[in-house]
Amino acid sequence: MREKGIGARIFQIVNVAVMLFLVFVTVFPFWSSIVGSLNEGLDYTRGGVYFWPRKFSLTSYKFLLQDEQIFRAMLISVLRTVLGTASGLIVTACVSYAMIQKKLRGRSFYAVFMIFTMYFSGGVIPTYLLYQNLGLIDNFLVYILPSLFNVYYMIIIQASFREIPEAVPESARLDGAGEYRIFWSLYLPMSVPVIAAVSLFIAVGHWNSYFDSMMYTSEIELQTIQYYLQRMISQATQSMGVASRAQAAMPAERTTISAQTITLATMVFVTVPILVVYPFVQKYFVKGVMVGSVKG
Amino acid sequence: MLRGVILVKKTEKTGRPARWKTQLELQSMVIPVIVWLVIFCYVPMAFTAIAFQDYNLIEGLAGSQWVGLKHFRALLTDSSFLRVMGNTFGINLLGLAVGFPAPIVFALLLNELTSRRFTRLVQTATYIPYFFSWAVFGGLVINFLSPSTGFLNDFLLRTGLIGEKINFMANPDAFWGIAMLSSLVKNLGYSAIIYIAAIAGVDPSLFEAARIDGAGRFKVIWYVTLPCISGTVVIMLIFSIAGILNTGIEQILVMQNIMNLARSETLDTYVYKIGMQQMNFSYATAVGLFKSVVAVVLLTAANMTSKKISGKGLF
Repeated sequence: MREKGIGARIFQIVNVAVMLFLVFVTVFPFWSSIVGSLNEGLDYTRGGVYFWPRKFSLTSYKFLLQDEQIFRAMLISVLRTVLGTASGLIVTACVSYAMIQKKLRGRSFYAVFMIFTMYFSGGVIPTYLLYQNLGLIDNFLVYILPSLFNVYYMIIIQASFREIPEAVPESARLDGAGEYRIFWSLYLPMSVPVIAAVSLFIAVGHWNSYFDSMMYTSEIELQTIQYYLQRMISQATQSMGVASRAQAAMPAERTTISAQTITLATMVFVTVPILVVYPFVQKYFVKGVMVGSVKG
Repeated sequence: MLRGVILVKKTEKTGRPARWKTQLELQSMVIPVIVWLVIFCYVPMAFTAIAFQDYNLIEGLAGSQWVGLKHFRALLTDSSFLRVMGNTFGINLLGLAVGFPAPIVFALLLNELTSRRFTRLVQTATYIPYFFSWAVFGGLVINFLSPSTGFLNDFLLRTGLIGEKINFMANPDAFWGIAMLSSLVKNLGYSAIIYIAAIAGVDPSLFEAARIDGAGRFKVIWYVTLPCISGTVVIMLIFSIAGILNTGIEQILVMQNIMNLARSETLDTYVYKIGMQQMNFSYATAVGLFKSVVAVVLLTAANMTSKKISGKGLF
């Protein structure tokens, strides 16, 4: 494949330069936010802190770890992610299992009924009114119930389940195993990579969402950290409130605290879990994307 | 031997009750989710009927007064609706012109790299922002563009490209570009995956043959690679056209501020505001319904056009 000649060489150099530029664009803004969050607040607002902290300080993180509001928002996010992922995964995988069984009566009707919802939805306001009627507004369950099942993830899991030869469930049935048993102790363990990938996708979705918190909760006790962060970024009252709480909590550092570095620290803090699971996600998600796009 | 065992068991166990039990268990897995779908997906669809009502929270769907097309007529004379449509189209047409071809070009360029390790590195780096939340990524963009602490202003000023600092986020005229570019950067790596896979699926002997015939790098891309991945490209294009009224509400809301509002209000944020902040449920639903209808019409039209021209389509 290696070509010689000056044109080919120039092309390679330009290509590598373009790629390096893209890597810079995707990585650098996050890097400089980490740097900013580790800089002293007042000093940061003078500008010029991009590549390395100028005045190193952990004050912003110290505040994050002791602030009650932020702790509660983090707790809500962790709870919804753990419970939402576990429930969403089990329900979606269980339906995926049933839906690939040729024995299932009404299978094609069910399939159409499901796929239809991928293309049509009621919209934001009707959904809000429904949740209001169901009593889901300002209720923690609003994070869990609407995401119990996902057609797109079902299609991905089905593709993996289909690779298991039909003789496996057949012989298990002959041995007297029930359907739940076959699903739980044969299909799930035999599809670990895809199950892992889908659960990471569901988890990232739960962790990152702020729209539902904004729409369906007005009590601060139920709001997630992402929504808290969004308001710190786009509402001056919120960031000023955070800064004054920080000043009250840490009188020794009160003159050097800034809302900006606390916001940056929050951004970094909520992204750490993503970066921790990212290597695992990356291993599987390319496959997941492909399956989803081919079948869907 | 094994077969014999299975046969014996078969005669023993596949009687009626066993088959019944299997069917019952399978149905019990699916039916709760069908009920769930009715409640969480189909009932909201029925609730869109309030677009034809003057919906009243106390009276509910049954008691509110029907007003026919009143809200849709109001739409056409609502000057802020027209502005909002303009913004939505503006951001998405920019996205279609730049954001749609970018991942294709990126995948093609990635395929031309000679070092596999470097390719990996680029892929790993460009996938990461896809997994950031919009609250975080919006914060990164605002920080990067900030006139007081942002890198870009400092860089442009020091290299003499600008005379004084620019407050990008406060400039309404910059918003469409910022919105388009930020979602481009966030999704570039991820959107390219499907094209990378399509390119990897092209029969290598085609490249071989083209090379032997003396085709250069760009000719191979133009006459071999692109035609081979055109099916994928067409399907992605149909989806993009159908989504031309979609702007990620999480993205827009985090980057929106009072200064850029004239250009940053899109259909999605508008529906949210008239519905949730002004409590005008019926009008907001009418706007939402209008958007869905346009999306379905566009999807069908794009699909038909593509089928006529290239013989490829979604359905």
